[in-house]
Amino acid sequence: MIGKPSPTAPFVRKHMLPAEVPPARASGAPKWLRENLFSSWANTALTLFGLFILYLLVSHFAPWFLHGVWQADSLAQCRQIIAERWGEGASGACWAVIRARWTQFLFGFYPSQLYWRPVLAFVLMFVAIAPVLFTQLPRKMLWFTLAYPLVAIWLLWGGSIWPVAMIAVGFALGALAYRLLALRSSLLASLAAIAVPLLFWSFLTGPIDSVLTSVVPLAIQPVPSREFGGFLLAIVLGLGGIAMSLPLGIVLALGRQSDMFLIKTFSVMFIEFIRGVPLIALLFVASLLLNYFLPPGTNFDIILRVMILVTLFSAAYIAEVIRGGLAALPRGQYEAADALGLDYWKAQRLIILPQALKISIPGIVSTFIGMFKDTTLVTFVGLFEPLKSIPDTIRADFAWKGVYWEPFVFVGAIFFLFNFGMSRYSMYLERKLKRDYR
Amino acid sequence: MKKTVFFGALAAAGLTAGIASAATLDDVKARGVLNCGVNTGLVGFAAPDANGNWSGFDVALCKAVAAAVFGDPSKVKYVPTTGQTRFTALASGEVDVLVRNTTWTFSRDTDLKMDFAGVNYYDGQGFMVHKDSGITSAKELDGASVCIQTGTTTELNLADYFKANGMSYQPIAIDSNAEGEQQYIAGACDAYTTDASGLAATRAAFADPDNHIILPEIISKEPLGPAVRHGDSQWLDIVKWTLYALIAAEEYGVTSANVEELAKGTENPEVNRLLGVEGGLGAMTGLPNDWAVHAIKAGGNYGEIFAATIGESTPIGLARGLNAQWTQGGLLYAMPFR
Repeated sequence: MIGKPSPTAPFVRKHMLPAEVPPARASGAPKWLRENLFSSWANTALTLFGLFILYLLVSHFAPWFLHGVWQADSLAQCRQIIAERWGEGASGACWAVIRARWTQFLFGFYPSQLYWRPVLAFVLMFVAIAPVLFTQLPRKMLWFTLAYPLVAIWLLWGGSIWPVAMIAVGFALGALAYRLLALRSSLLASLAAIAVPLLFWSFLTGPIDSVLTSVVPLAIQPVPSREFGGFLLAIVLGLGGIAMSLPLGIVLALGRQSDMFLIKTFSVMFIEFIRGVPLIALLFVASLLLNYFLPPGTNFDIILRVMILVTLFSAAYIAEVIRGGLAALPRGQYEAADALGLDYWKAQRLIILPQALKISIPGIVSTFIGMFKDTTLVTFVGLFEPLKSIPDTIRADFAWKGVYWEPFVFVGAIFFLFNFGMSRYSMYLERKLKRDYR
Repeated sequence: MKKTVFFGALAAAGLTAGIASAATLDDVKARGVLNCGVNTGLVGFAAPDANGNWSGFDVALCKAVAAAVFGDPSKVKYVPTTGQTRFTALASGEVDVLVRNTTWTFSRDTDLKMDFAGVNYYDGQGFMVHKDSGITSAKELDGASVCIQTGTTTELNLADYFKANGMSYQPIAIDSNAEGEQQYIAGACDAYTTDASGLAATRAAFADPDNHIILPEIISKEPLGPAVRHGDSQWLDIVKWTLYALIAAEEYGVTSANVEELAKGTENPEVNRLLGVEGGLGAMTGLPNDWAVHAIKAGGNYGEIFAATIGESTPIGLARGLNAQWTQGGLLYAMPFR
């Protein structure tokens, strides 16, 4: 029948008409608005309310941001400039304080002629963590990652290179001992890998160090821990804590799952104790209590003390996050590993942990982000973290007394950059590791 | 393993400390630097500049002690301490002397095992209110909300004062001066209370200082002074007499400008003894005889230090008041150098 009009039909359409443009209300922005913001009375009310809040916020804060002054020598001068430009009573941000003191926010009281050292360590940090984060990069770069902690310590704290080199030699000797003995007995090899470096450090390092120092005195200016501050301190504590707490957390999580009574008990006690105590309490222990236990005059570096406790703290949380990942693995995975005849460590390394860690990524990264932000709590033990201590010190200079919000905005923005970066990386990692089993 | 890493690096950095003993002076001399506990930042009293160089009224005393011991006021390591960490820092030997606007009280002197070497600033707690509130006396603060820093003697003084006067108040707890100022400006509290020196500095930094008044009542005694550990009288003597030397120098007109000249000998035997020209006083404390010359040269006498850091010519603009010489109606009274 098609194409052959019936004689009785008055009109038969021969061509399809082109589609009409949808009415204005059902396309483009109006459609989106109707569907998303004004789909019902309740939604409309909420939208208007939201707009009102937004207006309040913007109208309140926008002038403050827009009237910001970057060039001034003191808060009084800032106020004067704002009053001149925008009339009496106008409010405005005095960003000049950031301009004048940004080095303190970044480095604390690190000697200014040595700023290149933390900067170099910071740049090298990216080189060191890149091969860990992105598997596309050449695996040879991992050697630098291994060496990086020592390089960074030498760059940041300075002093003679030989003690740092001795530490590296100790690790190398341990690795060598493991290699040599691994074929005979893995237990013996592990023991040797621990004992050899310890013996080397306790008995041989001192004499070798003094000989080398007298022959080739290769040293850079030392910087004491007290002069560390700002984001330098936050990143040192955060990165050190992250790097050390992940392995420790994995060990604790496995320990908690272990069948061995002692190991299990110790792990459970450690995790529950640390999780049950506030971080500030631990920081006070690090800063104050240890002073009473240690012989008077012992100089147990304050950054090291704090870093150890921050590490222990976050390791306990990581352990529980990873235990969640271990628990989420189907029983069959463990049984499959057994059926393949893998021993405990091989099963963990090849089958269990890769899956458990993948499941735990969001939790682990959350813990890291939380820990990085918690480094600001060291303000309570008199270290110059960037959020409170540094601004307080800056306010102690009369020129900037009364500056309040600007440092918070600045420091908050930098923290956001770091933490947002970490969060995006974890999402990338999840996407990359995604295996759709279903 | 990491521990060892750090220990190594630190040993390399030459940070190994000597073994502390009763003789603080020997430790300080062996170390080559005086560890001075200061505030993490208090306007006029202790503040680092953009390069980390400390200055202020308390810092000047640290410099004077270092100058007395080493002849060099720059040989000081400033250890910033918070309200919580200051006493343990002293007790544990982390600092040799604590010059951190610390109020001399009975329990701190006895129970906390500190020895106060004297008073370098007589402070007292006051109130600041908005001018348009119409309040002119602390007695009119009944029922007011008061911003108060927690965990300080000011908090206890406030409670005592209102109780003694049969008044009520609503405390608004704050954590730091900066926060207190914000709360006060925002109108969260009717009155802001802290040490009078702090109030003066705070008011001076306001955008509208004329709209705020500091009430005339001073409700507490806050004698702020340097402190050392119990049990080392020699070191206590050194800190105490360095402070007296600065005060006495003002009394006898010895300034940083003329101290070199006067140290060659003067008509006044007291000045001669102070400056080590005669009497050999320095040796009695284990210091060189010209210790006071160096201490005075470091930042000037007490009056010069006061004028340069917190005095009326500075933005903080504190009057001498109680901190004037006893000859001028104040409380400063240096014991005789004999």
